[in-house]
Formats: sequence, C-alpha cells, structure tokens
Amino acid sequence: MGNSGLITSLVDGVLIGVIYGLAAMGMTLIWGVMSVINLAHGSVIALGMFGIYLLFTSLGLNPYLALILVAILGLLLGVIIYSIAIHRVVNASHLSTLLATFSVNMIVIGLGTAIFSTSPRNVNYSLGNLTLGPVTLLNARLVAALAAVLVTSALYLFLYRTRLGKYVRAVANNRAAAELMGIPSAQILALSFGLGTMLAAIAGGLIATFFPFTILSGGVYELKSFVIVVLGGLGNPLGALAGGLILGMLESIIPIFLPNTWVPVLEFLLFVLILLVRPSGLFGVKK
Amino acid sequence: MKNWLNPGLWFTLLLIALLGIWPILGQNAAAREVIFTVLLSVVFASSLNILLGYTGYVSFGHIVFYGLGGYIGMFLIERYNVSLWIATLAGGAAAALLAFLLGKAILRLRGAYFALATIGINEAMRAFVNNFAPFGGPTGIELKFQVYKAYGGAAQALWLTYYTIFALAILVVLVSFFIKQSKFGLSLMAIREDEDTAEVMGVVTPNAKTWAYVLSAILPGMVGVLFFFKNGNVEPGDAFRLHFSIENLVMVMLGGQGTVLGPVLGAVGYQRLRGFLLTNPVFKNIQLSVAGALLLLIVLFIPAGAVGWLRNRLPRLRKVLP
Amino acid sequence: MSAILNVEGITKRFGGLQALTKVTFDLPEGQILGLIGPNGAGKTTLFNVINGIYSPEEGRVHFRGKDITGHKPYHLSRMGLARTHQIVRPLNGLTVRENVTAGACFGRENQKLGRAVQIADEVLEFIGLAERAEQLASSLNVAQKKRLEMARALASRPYLLLLDEVLAGLNSSEIDGMIAIVRKIRDQGVTIIMIEHVMKAVMNISDRIIVLDYGQQIAEGTPQQVAADTRVIEAYLGDPKLAERLMKEE
Repeated sequence: MGNSGLITSLVDGVLIGVIYGLAAMGMTLIWGVMSVINLAHGSVIALGMFGIYLLFTSLGLNPYLALILVAILGLLLGVIIYSIAIHRVVNASHLSTLLATFSVNMIVIGLGTAIFSTSPRNVNYSLGNLTLGPVTLLNARLVAALAAVLVTSALYLFLYRTRLGKYVRAVANNRAAAELMGIPSAQILALSFGLGTMLAAIAGGLIATFFPFTILSGGVYELKSFVIVVLGGLGNPLGALAGGLILGMLESIIPIFLPNTWVPVLEFLLFVLILLVRPSGLFGVKK
Repeated sequence: MKNWLNPGLWFTLLLIALLGIWPILGQNAAAREVIFTVLLSVVFASSLNILLGYTGYVSFGHIVFYGLGGYIGMFLIERYNVSLWIATLAGGAAAALLAFLLGKAILRLRGAYFALATIGINEAMRAFVNNFAPFGGPTGIELKFQVYKAYGGAAQALWLTYYTIFALAILVVLVSFFIKQSKFGLSLMAIREDEDTAEVMGVVTPNAKTWAYVLSAILPGMVGVLFFFKNGNVEPGDAFRLHFSIENLVMVMLGGQGTVLGPVLGAVGYQRLRGFLLTNPVFKNIQLSVAGALLLLIVLFIPAGAVGWLRNRLPRLRKVLP
Repeated sequence: MSAILNVEGITKRFGGLQALTKVTFDLPEGQILGLIGPNGAGKTTLFNVINGIYSPEEGRVHFRGKDITGHKPYHLSRMGLARTHQIVRPLNGLTVRENVTAGACFGRENQKLGRAVQIADEVLEFIGLAERAEQLASSLNVAQKKRLEMARALASRPYLLLLDEVLAGLNSSEIDGMIAIVRKIRDQGVTIIMIEHVMKAVMNISDRIIVLDYGQQIAEGTPQQVAADTRVIEAYLGDPKLAERLMKEE
C-alpha cells in the first residue's frame, strides 16, 4: 500500500470513527446519568438502520431527511424502553439492569428477525465520490461524519446551554441532591435514556447509508461502543468521540501490518487492558 | 454429617436423577438429546451461580471457559488421539488455569466493570481463536468419524457423553451444596454482601474470589469438551457465543441466584420453555421475543427468582431449600 | 504495662488535604482510649490507617510489637485487630448468626465453621441478640445493627477493638446498655479505642483521651486533664464550663 493508500484509509478511519463515537456517546451518556450499561444498544442501532431503509425504500424519503424522523422515533423509543423496562430497576444491582436491557434486546431482535429475516439489506442512494489529490472518498461517508459532528455539537449545546441539559447533568452528578432541588429525576432519567437511544439510532441510520446490514448488525457496533466507551472513560461523552476516532484509526492502520482478522483481537485486548490499568479511561482523571 | 440429611439437597438430586434416567430407561435417542441440553445448562448455570450467586460477580462472558475447554479437548482428541476422559479433564484444567490467571487481574474490578471485562475477554478469545491456525482458524476443528470407533461407534459415543454429563450434573449439585455449607462459602457470601466489610472481617478476598472463579470455570470447561465431541466439530462462533452465556445468567436468575436448587430449576424451566416456544406454531418465529418478555417480567417483578421468592415468602423454607 | 499499639508520626494526605499530621501515641494493653474531636478531624481516617484500609504517607504503626504499616485489613483481622463502622455495615442478606459466625471464622482464631457457630451463639447471648439469631441482618433496627457489628467484631476474639461511634443514634437507655457492654469487653482484657461524640460517655469510660483537630493531635491525657486543657476547650468544647459539667454528670 502506497502513501496515498495510507492517507485514504486514515481519512476513512477518521470518518467512520466519528460515527462509532456517536453510537458510543449514546451508551456513555446513559451510563453517566444512571450507571446502566445498555445491552439493547445494538438492537437500537439496527432499528436506526432499518428506519432509514424503510423510509427510503417505501416512502422514497431522502435518507438524510429520514434521519430526522429516525432521531425523533429513537428518542421516543428510548423513553418507552426506559419507562417499561428500566425505571423499576434503575436503583437495583447491575445484574438487574444488564438483564433488563438484554431482555429488551431479545424482544427487538426476535421481532426484527421475524419481520425482516436476517438477509442483508442496503440503502441504494449514492452521493458519488470526492477526489482530493491522492485521496478518494465516498461522499456518503463524508456527509455521515459531518452529520455526526453536527449531532455531537447539538448534544453539547443541549447539555451546556439549556435548562433541561443542566438538569440532565445535575441528575448525572448527584441524583439525590438534584431531587432535593426539585428536579423531576424520573423524567430526566427517561429523557437521558431517550437521548442515548436517539444517538444510537442516528448512528445506525448513518451507517446504513454506506454499509449493507441485517437486523443483527447492531451487535458489532454495540461491542465497538463498549471498547470506545472504556477508552474514553465511562460516562464521558467527549471522551467517547475521541475514543471513536482512535478506534476508527486503529481499524484503518492495523490492517497495513496484520491481517484484517486480527483487528478485533487487538481491540478487545486493548479494551481489557484499559479496564485494568485505567478504568477511568484514557482521558479520565485517575482515582 | 447432618448436612447430608438436608431435604433440599435430596430434592435437587432427585429432580436431576429423574430427568437423567428417563431417556436411559427407554434408550430413547430423541429424549437423550433434549435432556443432554438441559443437563448441560444445569452444569453451566450451577457453576456460574458459584460466582454470580454466592460471590456476587456478574460474569457475562463465562462462555469463554466452555469454548476454551471445548477447543483444548477437541484439539487433543483430533491431533493426539487422546481418550475422551483425558480430553475432558484437560478441558476442565485449561478452563481452571485461564480462570486462575484472569482472576488475579480482573477480579479487582467491581460491578459493571467486571461484567464488561468478561465480555471483552470472551470477544478477544473468540477473535484470537479465529486467527489461530492450530485450532483451525475460522473453520475450527472437525473430528473424523473413526474417532468414535474407539467408543463402539457414534451411537455408543453419544450415550457415553450423555452418561458423563449426567454424572457431572449430579457432581455440580453436590459441589454447590457443600461449598454453600462451608466456611469458604461463607467467605464468598460475605464478599457478595459487602466486599470491604468482608476484608475488614478477615476474609482474604483476592484468594476467595479467585478460587470461586476457578471453581465456576472447571465444569463449564469440561462440558464444552463433551458437547463439541458429541457435535463432531467446533467453530469460534459456536464456542464463544456470548448469547449462550447470557442465557445461562437468565437461568440462574429465573431459578434464584445464590441457591443450590435455583439454577437447576432455572435451567430445566428455561430449556423446557425454549423447546415449547420453538415447536409451537404461534411462537416459533418470535420465540426470542417471548423469552425476552418473560425475562423482563422476572427481572422486574421477581428478581430473587423462583426459589428466592419462595424463601422470602416462607422464611421457614430457608433451612430446607439450600 | 506493655503497649499493644504504637502509632508513630502518622501522616495521611488526600490530594491537597492533610487528613492526619504526625499522629503519635502508645496504647497500653487493657485500656480504653477515647478518640475525640470535631467532625472531619481525622478520627475515622486514623482508624482506617490503623486497620490497613489506607496506607499512610509517613509514619509507622506497630501492633503487638510487629510493624503492620500498609498491611491488608484481612491480615490485621487474623492478627487480632477488629473494628466496627461508623455507618453500620451488616451483611444484609445473611442472618444475624451467619454474620457473627463469619466474624469468628475469619478472625484471629480462624475457627472451623462448627466451632464458629458455637462462638457466634455465645457472643450473641452476651450482646443480647440471641433471640434474633435466625433473622436476616437487614431486618434489625439501628440499635440492633450496632450490636450486631459489635458482636461480629467480638466473635473474632480480637486483642484490640476499634469502635467507631457505637453510641451515635442510640437513645439514652440504649447508650447505657452499650456502655455496659464496652466495659465488660474491657474487663475481659480486650484493649479498646473508641471514637465518640457522646461526651459524657467517653469521659466516663475512657482511661485516656486523645483529641484530634484538623488532623493534629492537640491534647492527650486522662479525661480530667483533657477536659481542663484550654486548647481543647477552645478548639472543640467551646464553652469552658461545659467540660466541668460533663465530668460531673452521671
């Protein structure tokens, strides 16, 4: 592989990394606010993919417009999941919340498989290529990465510039104190879970614009989200974005030295290593 | 010892004995396959319970021991033509060794961090085996048909694995019971309730946790060998299927974590239910969803599981149901 | 009398916060040492250093002649050091008897399970929880949970017992009962350090008292000496008459 090949795969890595980061941000937000690891994350990512797919193929909607609808539906879905499956056990042991979210995953995957089967789909909507000197990029990836950056900025504006966002941060910081201040914590928790699943659905929708997928595809991205979330520090949204970039670049660089199939070995070893050595993440403060 | 007289222990053993003898009486191969799966889950779930129920550590990736054991056993049988017994013991030993080495490192992590680490280790192992040529990489290891001749043919070999897993199911109940009644078991339960306090009280927590992890890994490693021997081949995807790990967590939850009878009841109940859903024309296509909905109901409304619920309802049962 | 515990120049910091500064004292065997001081003075931190939860930045701790600085809590428990917690920490999912049995099992005598159950029943009898042995620890009220903590520590047959505010949150008759128990334990030859805010009690029961303020040892002596110490009165008691009154009551 020549120099231009290296640059192309690096740029590709960055572009996909931003989207990984977006998915992971959803997971880390939920962890940060309520200490729940959402094992239904992958299934929501898959639903985001199918959301775009259905809106595009059945209604002929532009995939990027459809994304807005998918985001709203993702938010609603998250609020519903939280109210039915999580709220009752949000203070219980980790086992309870892990299994509660896993059961949601089973329900979604089971229904999804029955409805869509597991044959691969793709969104047939091309934006063409972009050539910049030696580097050739898929426009769909570029647009997706830009969209992911936009969503991230919007999330930050929401968290730091709005009253509701302040409530979310307050509940994340100290739920009991927030309740004493009169913040309706149950609603804020539901909203936070909804935001987390919304990010997952958007990430899924963006991935669907350039990769084929099945109802089971979310699982891969869920595992990647674990790795990223731990890289960036559990509960740290900006860390997740950085972690996503790191993972995206690793995935584009490692295949230059080793067969592609070694990528997950290294990813998961890195994951376990960071958990052991720096459980607060690469950018977190050491306890 | 008066422990031997515990009615709950005998009830549990009787339940397994009745289940296990049923296919043997009629020499019914179809029933044997069904009960094999149930007994496999009994062994796996009860082993997991030693770590999850007694010690309070959620091992999501426990399947790594089953997969590694299975691979080691199949490798020895295929490459060196060792007997099934030696392969099974080697599978258990490999799982124990892995648990011992891992335990020293990851049991320092608590709560969700530990659960995540076990997932990471399983995924790393799966991806590694996928690349590991001696284990056949992505295609895995396949046994030649002649291998079964040493056991009097394939049919006999299947019965043999069945008898072995039946024996292991009895063993796992005895091990669970006597651990729970022992000083070691008390140290594990102290850790489950409050690890810092257990330390202050004098429980050497790193050692106790490591031994619990090792004990919970051995039998899954052994049944991995039995399953893949019976199956004839092993692949990374089957050996390290995270989903199976989580199903076993569900069984422990269903029956009641931390009890001896619970995981056994949970395994039997879950596998029966799964069998029913898979064969029922209405639920066949959405069996996963129905199982998920049931799991959710249990997690939300009876988190202590069936046996735990009974024990809480009728405190007098605490002594009788271990 | 030989010293069971020597604390020499213990300094402990948390980030920029100086929690303990050169705390030094010797504790003779068989005595009750009262440890008093305002909230945040470093009393519980000192306990945590003595029983191995924190290791100090400077200084050494010797227990029965051995250097135990930086030893793990479970090693110290085996050596005969037991403690209770300021906020009770029963093993909620286990019965009262199982809680105390665990104390006997993993404490100094490292008992076998069968003998440990016997010891547990004896200790429960002594502490007045015998009829609750079969109950889950979570079902006890605060006063009973405090007794349970005490029972668990006692079942380990310690040489030295660290009591962290065992009287806090108890009503006056419960306080009297607890004080009687502490005296009995001392009479059995167990050395005790107690952190306490109930002044009347600590002044009456202690052989000696150490006063901590902002991690500094500002006074040490008999209850009379400490109560008359002007620095203590300034820093802690505030009201000069208060000390006198405390000594006279009861």
